[in-house]
Formats: sequence, structure tokens, C-alpha cells
Amino acid sequence: MTDRVLAPFGRRRCAVVANEATGGYRLISALDEGGPPPRAGQFYMLAGAGWGGTGGRPYLPRAFSVAEAEAGADGVRLDFLCEAVGPGTGVLAALAVGDALHLTGPLGRPFSTPCELAPGAAGAILVGGGIGIAPLAILRRALAERGVPQRVLLGFRDRAHSGGLDLFRCSEVRTASEDGHTGHQGYVTDLLAVLLEGDDADSAAVYACGPAAMLEAVRELCAARDVPAELAMETPMACGFGSCFGCAVPLAGGGYMRLCVDGPVVRAEEIETAMVAGSGH
Amino acid sequence: MSPDLSLELCGIRLEHPILNGSGTFDAIAAHRAFGDAVDERLPFSAYVSKTITPERRAGNPPPRLYETPAGMINSIGLPNKGLEGFLMEDLPDLVRLPVPLCVSVMAPSRPGFAALVERVGQRDEVAAIEVNVSCPNVKSGLIVGEQPGETLALLEVIRPLTDKPLIVKLTPNCSDPAAVARAAAEGGADAVSLINTLRATGLDPTTLDPWLGATSGGLSGPAIRSIALDQVRRVVAQVSIPVIGMGGIETGADALEFLALGASAVAVGTASFRDPAAARRVRSELVSELVSRGLDRLPSPHVPSTST
Repeated sequence: MTDRVLAPFGRRRCAVVANEATGGYRLISALDEGGPPPRAGQFYMLAGAGWGGTGGRPYLPRAFSVAEAEAGADGVRLDFLCEAVGPGTGVLAALAVGDALHLTGPLGRPFSTPCELAPGAAGAILVGGGIGIAPLAILRRALAERGVPQRVLLGFRDRAHSGGLDLFRCSEVRTASEDGHTGHQGYVTDLLAVLLEGDDADSAAVYACGPAAMLEAVRELCAARDVPAELAMETPMACGFGSCFGCAVPLAGGGYMRLCVDGPVVRAEEIETAMVAGSGH
Repeated sequence: MSPDLSLELCGIRLEHPILNGSGTFDAIAAHRAFGDAVDERLPFSAYVSKTITPERRAGNPPPRLYETPAGMINSIGLPNKGLEGFLMEDLPDLVRLPVPLCVSVMAPSRPGFAALVERVGQRDEVAAIEVNVSCPNVKSGLIVGEQPGETLALLEVIRPLTDKPLIVKLTPNCSDPAAVARAAAEGGADAVSLINTLRATGLDPTTLDPWLGATSGGLSGPAIRSIALDQVRRVVAQVSIPVIGMGGIETGADALEFLALGASAVAVGTASFRDPAAARRVRSELVSELVSRGLDRLPSPHVPSTST
């Protein structure tokens, strides 16, 4: 299994170096002078300066998969895709260049390579939905650097929830949208179902990140066709390093995993369902 | 000259007065995330384990967290490997920590508590036992820590079973925590720690149904600090055993307030979720607070009082 990169102990202050609008989301970039480059699928706990605000929230940091990371002479530039949906994401989306971004990470279990998922798997199918396309961007690049052939399928609800496509420049992407503004009108899982009917399915591994319902559909499609799959999941979490036990995801064999240390990337067969109560909030 | 932060708590020498609240820092999981740096730079002078129970527990169904103004509600449900799993798997792993180990225990019955205290107390690796009494006694249906009589009866059963310090973790969810503290002291507890989380609930803003999978949970974070301070004040006035104060400590100034009220030591809990090394910052801020007040050591622990 691809090893996780360990995080420095303690959160650190980084400077925001960019915050740009993209299709209804924000692409926030920070320069991390104190941490190692992450592996694809790992995440960071992010917070603005201090805590509180309107109504005394946010108090807790928020978990974000890293969308792209580029090591340079003065640190690692980290990109995060953010949609302002609540007090925590609201603060982050409003950060200006030069503002402090407090982060802990990289955290969690990264994506595996296709041959780690199944000995015969030579290619990758990346399936992303909405803001969940973020970790697939860094995964796409990591796989490309290893020479792994890949297909990228991305789905969006509508134009207002369609940011981050620029992260996939230089790659061939097939899109779907529920409102038909781009690509196939419908779900990205429709595209996956067609691909998995083809000959490629036998030698492919699927990597997915997106809304819980999309992940569950991917899990079922892959289980039905015996295709190995990894899902990058999301649940609310307070700490990100295994201490709060808040990010419980039901295991296929009963009991729960802590998504922060046992995930956020999980093998599809490990979990009972991707539809975890409370996720997506 | 840096102030002397060292102290002796229940006969255990501690380098400084900052512990972790039980269930807020998992040193084994943190080692997976941060590696050896967790052990080398552990920000606590003693490590308090997550509560263990006689049998393995999976914990509550999600969602388990709800953010509040200046805090959070958790309904985790004490997931743990059970006594045997803890002794076999976790304890050998926790021995690598460079500080004394305190194991938190909870059981639904007095015989259950007795088994935990006896077995855990036999282990040389364990310096102290924290008795989490925020649980119902299945026989009486009463929350042990809400009742002085239940607490005293429990201590009478477990006290003879170990020579290790017993620290009773008090619940704030009762009308008179000081009365429970007195009962704990009368039963032979070596210290009390407080406060545990405050019973709380949160609603789904859309459906207005309870958000948490277990309906209600416990509130922690700065939101509860003023309540914690008052309960510590009341308990300190009524027992002569050491008091470990906690509840929403985020800064060195917060820690100093608990110490100034007479707590012998403090614990950082929910703040560690925001920053795993928060307790290290609290410690250095505490040093600055002492220096700025011209103090070369911690405030004296509380003066034993006979008042009731």
C-alpha cells in the first residue's frame, strides 16, 4: 500500500498566496513552509486565524483534501477547492492573499496505485463529482508521472457547482452535468457504467470522490462488475488525527472506522455503505 | 529564570501541570499521523487514556459531532477495545510514552468497575486510574456520578482493590458536584478531576430534528469554561484532595485561572482537536503568565478546608 506521508506534529501558520473564483467555488492556495509534500488523497485540517465569528462559529477546523501540491524552493504550494456553505467554509472562502491559513497535515491514508489494488489492474478510471473532483486532480498527476493510463470522468450539478476543471488541464476529461451545461446530461456514474461495460474494465481500477450518493453508486457499480475501487470519503471531523472519534464510517464487517486515520481513502469493500449519516454537511 | 512548573500529584512527580482530558488525545492514532514526534514532543506531563469499559464497544451511530458557538457537542459513545483488548493491544503501545500513564475506566456495574480497577491496577505500566462515573449503574438506573451515595458505594468497592491513585472524574450534570466530590474523597479517592462534558443537544437546521445519531451528547470547548471554573471553585472549597481542573482551556491564561482557583493541575481537551500541539502552546503561555506576574512557581494548590 502507498504509505501515508506523516504530518509535522502541531498546526502551523501558512500564508494564503492565491484565492481565485472557479465555477462557484474558490481555489485557495497556501504556501506551506513547514511540511512535506502530501500524497494524493491525503487531507489537511484548515482554519482561519482565531475562532468564532457570526454566532461564535467556526470553532473547529475543517477537513480538506488537497487538490494539488507543488514543492518549490520556499515551500510546498497547496491548493484546496472550497465552497462556502457554512461558517467554517465561509471564513476560508473569504481569505485574502497574505492572510493566515492555519493547517495541520498532510493527514490520512492516500490513494493506492492500480497494481496495489489488484495485480492485473494497469489503468485507472477517475470519477469525480462536484467539489469532490479536488483530490482526483493531484491523483491524476501522480498516476501520469508513473505512466499509468487513465480516464477522467467528472460530473457537476450545474454551472454554479462546477469549479476546478482547470486543475485537470493537459488531460482528457469527459464530463456530465445534471443541467446539461457541459457534456453528458445526467450523472457521471452513467459514464462510468458505459466504461465498465467495455473491455477496459477488466484491467482498470476505479478512484472516486464526490457526494455520498455518487460514491455509493460507484461502489455498487464496481462491486457488481468486480472492479477494484477506492473511494475518497468525507464526514465531519473535529481533529483529523484519530482523537475525537467523530468521523465514524460503518465497516462492512460491523463496527466503525475512523475516517481520518483509516481513510479518507477507503477500499470500496471495506465499508458497509458510502451513505453515512451527517456527511455532506 | 523560568518558573518552576513541576509538581507532585497523588505521589506522582510531574514536569508541569498540563494533562490531557480523557478521550481528547489518542496517542496511538496520533502516532500514525505524526510519527515519533508525538512521543518526543508529547505536550502532556501525564497521559490519560480514552475510557475503557469491560467489553468492547463500537460506539454510537453517526453523526457524532455538532459544532456550537465556541465549542462542540460529541456523542461518541465510548468506542474502545474492552479491558482485554486494551491490556493486550493498547497498553503495550502506550508504554512508549515518556510520561506517567493514567487509565480511564468505566463500567455499568460495581463488579464491572471492580474488575477494571483490579486488572488495570495490577499493571506496573499504569501510574494511576481515572474513574469515569458519568455512567448509569444498570442496577439502580442512576448515573453514579450524579449521586453522592452511588459514588461513595462505588469507591468502597474499588478502593481496597488497588494501591494506585484513584482519580474520580466528576460530571457537571448534577445539582451539587461538590457533594459528589466529598463522597469520592470520603471513599478514599486520591484526587478528583472535573468537569466532564455538559449534556447537550443540537438540531439539524433544515429538518429541526436532533442532529446527533444518539440524540444528545456532551458539550465541550470554551463555551463551558465559566461553568468549569465555578464548579472547580466549589469543589476546591470542599475537599482536601487534589483537584484537576478542565473545561474549555485554550490558553495559558485560561490554565492559570483554574490553578489560581486552587486546582493542582489542569487538562487540555477539546483545544487539542483544533491543534494537536495546543497543550504545548498553553504551557509556554502559562510560563509567560507567571513571569509577567513575577511568580517563580505555580500558585499554591488549594488550602484544605473544613467548611461544607
